[in-house]
Amino acid sequence: MKTTQILIAGFGGQGILFAGKFLAYKGLLEDLQVSWLPSYGPEMRGGTANCNVILSDDPVGSPIITDPDVLIAMNLPSLQKYVDAVVPGGQIYVDSTLIGEKVERADVEVYCIPATQMANDAGVPTLANMVMMGHVLKNNPELTFDGTEATVARLVPPAKAQLVELNMKALQAGRDYEG
Amino acid sequence: MAERVLMKGNEAIAEAAIRAGCRHYFGYPITPQTEVAAYMAKKMPRIGGVFLQAESEIASINMVYGAAAAGFRVMTSSSSPGISLKSEGLSYIAGSDVPAFVVNVQRGGPGLGGIQPSQSDYFQSTKGGGHGDYRNIVLAPASVQEMASLTVRGFNLADKYRMTAMILADGTIGQMMEPITFEDAQVETCDKPWALTGTGMQRRHNIVNSLYLQPDELERKNFERYERYRTVEENEVLYEAYRMEDAEICVVAFGIASRVAKNAVAKARQEGIKAGLIRPITLWPFPSSALRQAADQVKAFVSVELNMGQMIEDIRLAIECTRPVSLCCRVGGMIPSPDQVLASIQAAAGCRDGRLPEGQMTSPAQKGVN
Repeated sequence: MKTTQILIAGFGGQGILFAGKFLAYKGLLEDLQVSWLPSYGPEMRGGTANCNVILSDDPVGSPIITDPDVLIAMNLPSLQKYVDAVVPGGQIYVDSTLIGEKVERADVEVYCIPATQMANDAGVPTLANMVMMGHVLKNNPELTFDGTEATVARLVPPAKAQLVELNMKALQAGRDYEG
Repeated sequence: MAERVLMKGNEAIAEAAIRAGCRHYFGYPITPQTEVAAYMAKKMPRIGGVFLQAESEIASINMVYGAAAAGFRVMTSSSSPGISLKSEGLSYIAGSDVPAFVVNVQRGGPGLGGIQPSQSDYFQSTKGGGHGDYRNIVLAPASVQEMASLTVRGFNLADKYRMTAMILADGTIGQMMEPITFEDAQVETCDKPWALTGTGMQRRHNIVNSLYLQPDELERKNFERYERYRTVEENEVLYEAYRMEDAEICVVAFGIASRVAKNAVAKARQEGIKAGLIRPITLWPFPSSALRQAADQVKAFVSVELNMGQMIEDIRLAIECTRPVSLCCRVGGMIPSPDQVLASIQAAAGCRDGRLPEGQMTSPAQKGVN
């Protein structure tokens, strides 16, 4: 029995919920039990946004995450708010373009990815979220990189099929990043 | 096996309603249920159905009343303050004995309150809501899958008993996505000889009405209605029992609170506390006999609710106060953590001297009752 609780947090407009959807669909296509719970309301328009994703071999109990195994922080307030909640032995991913501070925890694995910078360099400036996701996939044995394109294709509406390629570009950049 | 798809709870309601044969949706937007209306706005015109955003909640519930009187499968959806506005119409629908399907994706109250999840409309929905003696069948989904399956069930029950069936969900279940399948949607329809379909000069005209000025006639109508309600109570109770076989502490929770409670029960079991969960799926009719049976076995009950203690009254009534019942609650859009529920279970089991841990609310009215 394996359950992974993933908390993605940042500000509205960074694609926090989309990144969560990506992980949820990835889990769905890998026959896992999943739940995806967004923050909703006025904060979604430029305030703080977060998203709870649970991937499990068993039916998901509460979809609300209090002790994440994985934290993906896309801005400083999100890191500060949730850094202490991560379970010992967990993982913290930070977008180091936007977060200058160091993560002061020795009992978790910390991955610093200059995702916003990398997304800009790759010509996909709105896809820092997917750069982060690429690096998350690389470091989580439960989720393989195989089938990523099929996952993205499920997320992108048919009328915007060209976005699949751009998302894949961001995901691959994240996967290939050697921090 | 049908394909698993990821859907929001609100969207699952809308899709299930369409599959249940609903072709008439009347509503007015309000967070956190607007996805129901958005889904209907997109789908209904493509399948020959009606989507109408009315000028107000009051208008929309009366449109539901009209379409229901004409024999159509019809629904509306809203969130707490909107349901208050619809309550007059719900009373008329009850008084006219027409079937309607209503969704309440609750948010914190009273008043405009907030937009975060809540269960504080328990009284309103299970005791009637509007004026007069009446009941709604109240279904409390705890997952996106149940949002769909209970929607289909709700339409079936509404038609069968000619009354309102209501989904009482909350912002969490409405907004979250989980995989679901639609393979088990069992649509049951029945004849509606009472419906206003036009006589075609072939029969006497039908009348749908809630006005009875003769008291003896109105009394008879009420008695007949409550006969029907008794049948509902006998036949339509639904609940889930989790780890109750040897339980000494019985947690009672519905909807999203039950998901948190389930985690807490599992944690309690790891600590050697024999805890179990009874999750009412129908809030009316309430699973009173299941709780009564549990009372013979358990030492105490813990009611976990996102309100100041509403279902706890029905628990006490069901078990006739033969066991202590304590309340674990958060309100205003807050949700208790599994650890908070665990602390309540520990307290009920006598592990903590009955003291509630910090951050956990017990309403003044509940203090000292047990």
